[in-house]
Amino acid sequence: MADSLPSDTFEAVVLPHLDAAHNLARWLMRDAASAEDVLQEAMLRALTYFPSFKGVNPRGWLLQIVRNTAYASMSLNRGVELVPMTNASDEPDDAVSRLPSSDDDPETSLIKTRERDRVRRMIAALPIELRETLVLRELEELSYKEIAEVTRMPIGTVMSRLWRARRLLAQAARRDEAA
Amino acid sequence: MPDCDKVLLVQAELDGELGAAEAAALAAHRAQCPICEAAAAELAQARALMRDDLYQPVPEDMRRRVLTALAAAQPPRPGLSIATSDSFGRWRGWWSNGASFGFGAACAAALAFLLLVPAMPPGLTEQIVAGHVRALQPGHLQDVASEDRHTVKPWFDGRLDFAPPVKDLAAAHFPLTGGRLDYLNGRPVAALVYQRDKHVIDLFVWPAAGDTPPQTAERQGYNIVHWSQGGMNFWAVSDLEVAQLEEFVADWRNAP
Repeated sequence: MADSLPSDTFEAVVLPHLDAAHNLARWLMRDAASAEDVLQEAMLRALTYFPSFKGVNPRGWLLQIVRNTAYASMSLNRGVELVPMTNASDEPDDAVSRLPSSDDDPETSLIKTRERDRVRRMIAALPIELRETLVLRELEELSYKEIAEVTRMPIGTVMSRLWRARRLLAQAARRDEAA
Repeated sequence: MPDCDKVLLVQAELDGELGAAEAAALAAHRAQCPICEAAAAELAQARALMRDDLYQPVPEDMRRRVLTALAAAQPPRPGLSIATSDSFGRWRGWWSNGASFGFGAACAAALAFLLLVPAMPPGLTEQIVAGHVRALQPGHLQDVASEDRHTVKPWFDGRLDFAPPVKDLAAAHFPLTGGRLDYLNGRPVAALVYQRDKHVIDLFVWPAAGDTPPQTAERQGYNIVHWSQGGMNFWAVSDLEVAQLEEFVADWRNAP
C-alpha cells in the first residue's frame, strides 16, 4: 500500500528531510528556540516554493532554504551568530538525552554524555562558516559538490573551510586534554 | 606548521572524494612528505571527535508544531471539503509514525495525500503572491529598513550572487522603505519594499535574460505586474489598484 503513495508530493519528497533541516538550523542558531523559528519559517518557504522545485536533490534544496533563512534571521538580530551555543542548560530537550540508554550502565552513559557535550561546545565555538561546512560534511555527509551548492561557495572554498574547521577542532581537543 | 599544497588532497581522500588514480599519486607523495603525514593524523583526530550522537534530529514536540503550521499554511481548496475539514489529521501520520508506520495509517495517509494533490500546481505568479502575503506577517517585511537606496543596495552585497538595481521613487510618491532576501523560483532573490499611502509594494528582482514589456495579472485580490529589462526579472505585487501599480512600474522603468 505504501508504494501507492504519490512519489512527488511535498510530504514524500521534502518531509523526510525534516531531521536534516533541524540539525542544520540547530547548529547554526544559538539556542533551541531560534532554531525552531528558523525551521518553521524554512519549512513554510519550502512548502510555498515546492511546486517550482525540479531538482534531484531535495535534501540539498531544503538545506539551502534553511541556511538562507538562518542567515536572514541572524542579520535581522545582529550579533546572535557571535554567541556560540555553549550552554547545555538552554536546551529543554537535553534532559531527555541525559537519560541513560538501556545498554549502558549509568557511569558509562554519563561519560558518553559529557564527552558529547564537550565536543558540542568545541564545534559551537567555531566561526559559523567553518561550523556549517563541518556539519554538512560530517553529520549530513554531503559531498563537496553538494556543500558547494548549499552554501553557494566554490568547491575550493569548501575544502579549505573544512580543513580549517578540522584543524581548529583537533587543536581545541588537544588544549582541552592538556587542561 | 608549514604547509604543503597537497594537504587538501589528503583531506579529499579521507572524505572519499579522490579517484583511484589521484589516490595512488597522493600515496606516493605522502610517503615522502612529513607535512601531509602530520595533516593526515590531525584529520583523523578531528574525524574521531565527530560521533553520531552529535546529530540533532528534530525533537518530537517540535516536529508536531512544524507539521501543524504546515497544515495550516496549505490553502483551502474548493471542492475538497472532506480533506480540508481535517487538515490536522492528514499530517498525523507524519508525526505519529516514527518507526511504526502502521498499515492503517499508511492507507489513510495515502488516501489523504491523493485527495490533497493540487489539481493545478501553483506557478510563479502564485509564488509571488504567497511571498508577498508571507512578508506582510508582522516582522517579516524587511531585513533592512531604510529609505536610502545607498543603504539598501549595499545590504544585498554578499547575500546574493547579483546586485539588484535599487531606485528611489520618493519623488513619484512611492517611497522606498527597505528590502529583504526572499526565495522564489528555486533561488534567492531580492525583495525591495516600497509604499504608496498605507499600501505595501513588493518588488522581487533576480537576473534573467531578455526584455519583456509589463504584463498585468490578478490573484486573490492582489495585482501583479511582471517585466524584464537590463538583465533582470521584475515582479511587482501589491493590493494597490491596478492603475496605481502600473504607474509605479512606469515610474520605476523611467527612473534613472
